[in-house]
Amino acid sequence: MSDPETKIEIKRLFKIFGDQPESMLEKVREGVSKDELNDQHNHVLGLSDINLKIRAKGIQVVMGLSGSGKSTLIRHINRLIEPTVGEVWIDSENVLEMDEKTLRDFRRNRASMVFQRFALLPHRTVMENTIYGLEIQGMAEKDAEKQAAHWIERVGLAGYEENFPGQLSGGMQQRVGLARALATDADILLMDEAFSALDPLIRTDMQNILLDLQQELHKTIVFITHDLEEALRIGDQIAILRDGQVVQQGTPQQIVLKPKDDYIADFTKDINRGRVIQLKTIMKVPNDKPGPELSAEMLVEDAAQLVTESPSSQARVTNDSGDVVGVVGINDLIRAMARPDIESRLEEL
Amino acid sequence: MDWFTEFPELGRRDLRDFRKSIDQGFKDFTRTYGEDIESFFEPLLQFLIWLEKLLLATPWPLFIVAVAALAWFASRSLRVVVGSAVSLFLIGFLGMWEDTMSTVSIIVVCTILCIGLGLPVGIVMSRSDRAQSVVTPILDIMQTIPSFVYLIPVVMLLGIGKVPGLIAVVIYAIPPMIRLTNLGIRLVDKEVLEAADAFGASPWQKLVRVQIPLALPNIFAGVNQTIMMSLAMVVIASMIGVTGLGQPVLKAISNQYLAMGLLNGLAIVALAIIFDRISQSYGKRLQSHRGGQDE
Repeated sequence: MSDPETKIEIKRLFKIFGDQPESMLEKVREGVSKDELNDQHNHVLGLSDINLKIRAKGIQVVMGLSGSGKSTLIRHINRLIEPTVGEVWIDSENVLEMDEKTLRDFRRNRASMVFQRFALLPHRTVMENTIYGLEIQGMAEKDAEKQAAHWIERVGLAGYEENFPGQLSGGMQQRVGLARALATDADILLMDEAFSALDPLIRTDMQNILLDLQQELHKTIVFITHDLEEALRIGDQIAILRDGQVVQQGTPQQIVLKPKDDYIADFTKDINRGRVIQLKTIMKVPNDKPGPELSAEMLVEDAAQLVTESPSSQARVTNDSGDVVGVVGINDLIRAMARPDIESRLEEL
Repeated sequence: MDWFTEFPELGRRDLRDFRKSIDQGFKDFTRTYGEDIESFFEPLLQFLIWLEKLLLATPWPLFIVAVAALAWFASRSLRVVVGSAVSLFLIGFLGMWEDTMSTVSIIVVCTILCIGLGLPVGIVMSRSDRAQSVVTPILDIMQTIPSFVYLIPVVMLLGIGKVPGLIAVVIYAIPPMIRLTNLGIRLVDKEVLEAADAFGASPWQKLVRVQIPLALPNIFAGVNQTIMMSLAMVVIASMIGVTGLGQPVLKAISNQYLAMGLLNGLAIVALAIIFDRISQSYGKRLQSHRGGQDE
C-alpha cells in the first residue's frame, strides 16, 4: 500500500443480503434505495459502496443507528461476513483473497475482537477465557497463563482469575473480553459496540481504560458505536454510517462543527461541544495581555474552568514546544460551548 | 359402484407371495452373512461376558461401596449415597443380587455403545441440516416401531442370546442420545461461536473446546435418558435370552407369581432411580457455573 499510515483500507465494498445478491448489485449501483430493494426485490442492502481508509495506531469510530450496517462493516474486516463485492486491504494483503488457513492465521495473530454481549465461554474461568486466543494459537499453557495474567491485571481484574463469567458484573465481563482480545497481541482491535451493553458510569470507566491502554499500546482500533458522545470521546477519526452508506468522515471536531447534512446536524446539536472542540480551533491572533498558558489541544470545557479561576479573562494558547500561538477570551469559550440552534435564535432576537 | 365400497386390495395370493419373497430374501441373507455378522459381534459378547463375570466375582460390600463412591463423586449429596447403598443392600437381601449384576452389566455395555455410537452421529447431525433431515425420520422409526418387530430379524440373524438382546436394547435406547447431542450443539450460543471464529479457531478446536463443553448438560440429559430406556427394555430383552432381572419377571407373568414379579420389577425401578440420580446430579453439577455460585 502506498500510504504507510493507512493500516486498513476498504474499497468499493457492497453487501446485499438475500437469495441472489449478485443480481441486485447492478440495481444498487444504479441508485435503487434500501427501502425499494427491500420492498420490491426482497433483498436487504447491508452496505453500499463503502470506501474507508483507517489509519494505523489510531481509534477509528464507525457510528450509526441500528440497521445502519455498522456491525456488518466491522465483520468484513476479519471476514466473519463475506461481502457481495469489494476489497478489504490490511497492510498489503486483501483479506478477501486469503485462503482458509491464511485467514485463520490472520484472525489468530493480527486482528482480535471484542463483542457487544461479551461472548465469553461460560464454562471457563476468567483466566481460561483470557488464554482462549493464545490456546488457539497453540501457545504452551504456562506461557499463555503468564501472558494472560498480565492483561488481567491491566484491565483491573487481578484476584478474579478463578471466577466464572456468570459470577461477574457486565462491566467486569467486558474487561475479560478486552483482556482476551489484548492477550493475543494482535495489532488490530475490532470492538463491536463493546461498551453499549454497560451502564453509563461503567461505560465511561471502560472508555477510560481503553484510552489509557491505547496511550501506550498504539493499536489500530476500529470501534463501533451508536452513541455519538462515545464516538466523539474516544474517536481520532469518525465515520458516520446511514442505511449502509458512509455519510461523513472526519475528526470529532469536523463532525460537530461542520455537519455535512441535516441528519448529522440533528445528531450533533445536543452534544456538549465544550468536550469536543479544542482551543486551537477557536483561538485568535495572539496579543500581549496576560493569562494562563494552555495547550492548543485542550478542550474548551477544561479551559473555561481554568480561565474562570484565573484573574485574567483570557488564556494564552501554546503549541507542543511551548510557544504562544494564539489567545482565547472567556467569551470565545462560552460561545464555542453554546448550542448552535440557540446561537441562531439569539441572532434573531 | 363396487370399487367404492370394496377396498382395492392386493389379491390374497399376491400378498402371500409378496411376504414370502421378503421372508425368503432375508433368510438367504441370513444364511450367507449370518456367521460373518455373528463373528463381528464376538468381541462385544466377550466384553459383556467378562464384565458380567467381573461384577459377579466382586464381593458384594465392595460393589456397594463403589456405587456409593460414584454417587458421592457425581452428586456430593449424602441422600443419594445412602439411598443407593440401602437399596442395593435390600436387592441383595431379597435374593436378587446375581440377576441385578447381569442387568447392570448389560446396561453398562449398552450405555457405552450408545454413547460411542450416538455422540458422533449427533455431532454429524448437528453440523449438517441434510444429515439431520435423514437421521431424524430414522430415529422416529426406532422410537415408535414396536420392539417385537425388530426382534424378529435380529433373532433370525443372530439367534437367541445376549448379543441380539443387546442390539435390541441399543436400537431402543440410542435415539435420545443422538437427539440431545444434536440439540445441545445446535443450541450453543451463536455469539460465542462467532467469537471462536473471530479468534481463528479451526472447526475441530471449535467442536472440542466450545461446542461439546457447552452442549454437555444436554448430552448428559441424553445419557440419562438412554440409561432409563435401556432399563425399560430389560424385560423384553429377556424374552430373547438376556439374563438378568427381566427373566424372573417373565417367569412371573407366565406363572402368575405376584410377589416374584413385584420384587424383581421393584429392583429394576431401584436400579433406574440410582442410575438416574447419579447421572442427573452429575449433569447438574456440570452447569454449576451458570448459576454463579462457587463450586
